[in-house]
Amino acid sequence: MSDQNLFAQQESNKRKSAWLVAGFLLFFAWIGFGGDLALYLGTRDSPPEQYHHVIPWIGLAATAFAAVLTGTSWKHGARRVLTAAGAWELIEPDTPEQKRLRNVVEEMAIAAGLPVPRIWIVPDDDPNAFATGRDPLSAHVAVTEGLLARLDRDELQGVIAHEMSHIRNFDIRLMTLLAALVGAIALLSDAMRQFLRFGGRVGGRSRGGRGKGGNPVALIVLAVWLISLILAPLVSSLLSMAVSRKREFLADATGAQLTRNPIGLARALEKLAAEHGPTRTIARGAAHMCIVDPGHSKFAERPGFLGHLFSSHPPMRQRLARLRGMAYQAEKQGTLPNPADVTG
Amino acid sequence: MGFVLLAILAAIVLWVIAAYNSLIALKNQVVNAWKQIDVQLKRRHDLIPNLVNTVKGAMEFERSTLEAVISARNRAVSATGVAATAKAEGELTQALGRLFALSENYPELKANQNVLQLQEELTSTENKVGFARQLYNDVSTQYNTKQQQFPTSLVAGLAKASPAELWEIEEPGERAVPKVDLSMNKP
Repeated sequence: MSDQNLFAQQESNKRKSAWLVAGFLLFFAWIGFGGDLALYLGTRDSPPEQYHHVIPWIGLAATAFAAVLTGTSWKHGARRVLTAAGAWELIEPDTPEQKRLRNVVEEMAIAAGLPVPRIWIVPDDDPNAFATGRDPLSAHVAVTEGLLARLDRDELQGVIAHEMSHIRNFDIRLMTLLAALVGAIALLSDAMRQFLRFGGRVGGRSRGGRGKGGNPVALIVLAVWLISLILAPLVSSLLSMAVSRKREFLADATGAQLTRNPIGLARALEKLAAEHGPTRTIARGAAHMCIVDPGHSKFAERPGFLGHLFSSHPPMRQRLARLRGMAYQAEKQGTLPNPADVTG
Repeated sequence: MGFVLLAILAAIVLWVIAAYNSLIALKNQVVNAWKQIDVQLKRRHDLIPNLVNTVKGAMEFERSTLEAVISARNRAVSATGVAATAKAEGELTQALGRLFALSENYPELKANQNVLQLQEELTSTENKVGFARQLYNDVSTQYNTKQQQFPTSLVAGLAKASPAELWEIEEPGERAVPKVDLSMNKP
């Protein structure tokens, strides 16, 4: 990849990460203050001796909570993803496979012109791999035991090169933040639904007290608030899948360019896709970070709009076809095509 | 009038400083990239005597191949300059390739953990040399272009810039896919 192209990719990912954080904070503020508004409108006309919701403490709490959460995700997001997967850090390699992994990671770090990332091993028999971290200086790569056992050197090189390009492009920052924040939205949504049962009773009593239908503005606010609360987990996970889908082709192509051997990665992907067991140790929320979908979702391989929407990775057939196309071009012209041309 | 002249003079001085510094920065990058290669080459040279000692017993009858590896290694160690190093290292790669091809005939070597590990280490250092070489050639080309281009070329003498030698690859086969896999233990 040319320097300008790489720079544009990095900047775009940093920008998207900032937008993601802003959107996340705004969403929490809306859920909090929107809830306050609905409660305020709902209790405004009730008799003076009943509860009046004047201080927007839900909004203040939710926004403060979101800010703290963003801060910790920024600082410890990568660690949390690794811990959730039960990964252990490879410091002194014992077995030949671990040694080979360390060597291959060092090789690809030189090829990408990056510092060597920290290496982690996930105790899972299903072959998979992911990278995480804030930037290339604080990056981690993790592979499963199944991957180490099944791939040969060329294939391992392809997989590590793919992860290394995620690191170099700053994909890892966006993906790690997404994993942490999408998880938080799901949690918030659950918590709020619990809270609603209680809140609903309060609202019902106050309306009943007046013997008339509720304030129409309050009802509209409440409806919009409810809808956004119900849709938020779905929208945020669709968002993380969409972001991931786009990044995978580019990482494949850049990885192939780093190793100068598209077939190595293609063979690795074939092996990874052929394993049907899901990667159980990797949580749903981190699925978009992996090199192949750990859930092996049936949707992913289905063509068409829905299959596209609900998959965190592009169809394997397309990824393989593009890599083979690169190999063919390399054979014919003697040089690998620019990743930007292949993925564009 | 004097003020305008002064401004032009200041602009020229500032430009010379900037051009000089950019050349020095590139020169340091070239030196640094070469160091990366050098580290790997040293490691490779250290690994080879170990390998020869480990396989010597089993490969008694391949004495000439082993000696070829040792002498290629010694020539590579004493080589200086980019072109000579490139040539000597290329020959060493070929000698090693022959050794590993022959070792296929010795089943006891293929099962020997020590040999396998040395092979893995050698494969890795060769790959690292390959990737570091690409980086070195990239920054060297940038450096060379910069010192030849007008107007930076005017400052080149001041910065003591001289063209950096590229690491050329002689074998056409190696040019296309400059990666080596010596490992026999493909699963």
